[in-house]
Amino acid sequence: MEDIASLMHGFSVALTPYNLMLMGIGIVLGVIIGVLPGLGGANGVAILLPLTFTMPPTSAIIMLSCIYWGALFGGAITSILFNIPGEPWSVATTFDGHPMAREGRSEEALTAAFTSSFIGALVAVIMITFLAPLVAKFALQFGPVEFFAVFFLTFASFIGMSRGTPFKVVAAMCLGFALGAVGLDKMTGTLRMTFGHPELLSGFDFLIAVIGLFGIGEILCSIEDGLSFKGNTGKLHFRKVLDTWKKLPSYWATSIRSCLVGCWMGITPGGATPASFMAYGLAKRFSRNRNNFGKGEIEGVIAPETAAHAAGTSALLPMLTLGIPGSPTAAVLLGGLMIWGLQPGPMLFIEQHDFVWGLIASMYLGNVVGLLIVLTCVPLFAAILRVPFPIIAPIILVVCAIGAYTVHNSMFDVWMMLGFGVVGYVFNKLKYPLAPLVLAIVLGDKAEEAFRQALLGSQGSLSIFYSNWLVSSIMTLGLILLFWPMFGWLRERLIGPTDPVSQAGKSA
Amino acid sequence: MTEEVPHAEHAPEDREHPLVSAKTMEIATSLALLVLSAVVIRECVRLGFGWVEGQGPASGFFPFIVASLMGAASFANIVRVLRHGAEGEDPVFVTTAGFGRVLSVLLPLVLYVVAIHYIGIYAASGFFIALFMMIIGREKLPKSLAVGVAVPLALFFMFERWFMVPLPKGPLEAWLGY
Repeated sequence: MEDIASLMHGFSVALTPYNLMLMGIGIVLGVIIGVLPGLGGANGVAILLPLTFTMPPTSAIIMLSCIYWGALFGGAITSILFNIPGEPWSVATTFDGHPMAREGRSEEALTAAFTSSFIGALVAVIMITFLAPLVAKFALQFGPVEFFAVFFLTFASFIGMSRGTPFKVVAAMCLGFALGAVGLDKMTGTLRMTFGHPELLSGFDFLIAVIGLFGIGEILCSIEDGLSFKGNTGKLHFRKVLDTWKKLPSYWATSIRSCLVGCWMGITPGGATPASFMAYGLAKRFSRNRNNFGKGEIEGVIAPETAAHAAGTSALLPMLTLGIPGSPTAAVLLGGLMIWGLQPGPMLFIEQHDFVWGLIASMYLGNVVGLLIVLTCVPLFAAILRVPFPIIAPIILVVCAIGAYTVHNSMFDVWMMLGFGVVGYVFNKLKYPLAPLVLAIVLGDKAEEAFRQALLGSQGSLSIFYSNWLVSSIMTLGLILLFWPMFGWLRERLIGPTDPVSQAGKSA
Repeated sequence: MTEEVPHAEHAPEDREHPLVSAKTMEIATSLALLVLSAVVIRECVRLGFGWVEGQGPASGFFPFIVASLMGAASFANIVRVLRHGAEGEDPVFVTTAGFGRVLSVLLPLVLYVVAIHYIGIYAASGFFIALFMMIIGREKLPKSLAVGVAVPLALFFMFERWFMVPLPKGPLEAWLGY
């Protein structure tokens, strides 16, 4: 019951008028970011990060995490009304959400999406409330070996959970590690891969990479498609909301399944996007209305939205307890923590009690506030998409440039952002995954340090990674995930392709 | 509408000619990554990637593993593309019209960043937004000017006044006394 007391204390920290105001601002900004192409959770938070430097850390993270919740909600609006996924994790929502809107059932689809998002997030927050302190307590005894095992599991799960070819995941991830290694090697003090350029001394900042890859890259992709918004008007009457709410409980099985998928994929960083596809696939396989999927089945909206929100929320659990973010956005929040002088990891729960529990309490409040705002303001957000793209695009680009500049007050970073933008465009089109790339830049140094310290301790013997039951089980799980694509490949070879869902998902 | 089309539809009116095939781009990207991996490996050889007594693995150890994996994965990807073709259904990476649209944003963007060096971020943003709206968006002059002035002004007050984050300024701001 200690957790409940801590949580109540957290509510007292979060429930100040100032913080509630920041929550509202954060959610609104987040939904706008989620609705706009080229701005997403990760780069939206990255761009707004410098604005929070003068705030107290707890208020700052409340606002930034609310931007994240808002972005998660916002992605659904464009998916359903315009068939344009504002965020990668809402691609699966378009499959059934947009057909529903075209049948004139957009209110039902939106209500289902928002409500299931809320439920997914709520379940994940409850899980964080009770699991995070345990994990943190447990992780206090972690040494470099255990940490490396967790890093290994993190990156192996990207390979295991990828929907495309694993080669691209490995290539993108290793590119991230290589970029992360540029600059000063902290263990020996030697310069690596700077090739005589002083600008590279401090290495590549992942915030710049995030802004370039997700922001500029996304805009270039949208403009290439010759983006034209034609969609349904967003209206939401309260009667319809109530009618839909009456229907939702009968889909409890889909909800529970999607929550589980989402929580699992959020903690082991598969991320929100694969979680949403997996939940969609599972819902389709188990549903009685299987044949209606893709034509406007409400379950096809509930499943991916629940999973995406559950995954997006639970990605904060490893970020807070281990300092290992489960998604690019969680990585950006982690970057924020370090800028405010907080060291993420198990000690955070002991040293920064107010901060941690204030944040967890704000997750409950933020999602309630978020649900209320999105349910009431849909027409407003949908109207943003009627602003012509040639007006929105240059403004987004300007905001990205300013965001990149403010990270280190350096113009070199703005040029770097452009470079990452082009890479992001090419990678996006060729379906190289960007999340492992970004996480590798963030975690590369730490993973390397843990690896080298572990090996130093064992005098170079790899057996250290199988030296106790904890490390052994994490490593084994990691290895299974690492070779997962191979199992799938073998099965396909032996009995032929049987999985219609992954076939559909592959293209998206 | 099938499940396979998550993005907005292509504009049907202009005939879009393929410019680069997905297969070519796949191979080019993998080759670029191979070259990069070679560069990193060369650097690791210089740094040393073996065991240093008392220090453990040398500086080049981890990047060496990473670069080797990247090289191997890129090579495997080339083989995969040559044998099975590119991944998605669309065999075209970009059409001439599509590439034109991308350049119509990318080139002004490069000019914009160059301009920041000379006239500061606010003036450059104003010009960028207004010209982008007029030339690419074919918006009317008054509307473009209005947005081009309003956005940098709003940003100026937000950053310089409200959040106290100084951004690059040029002659215009100096003339105004900042």
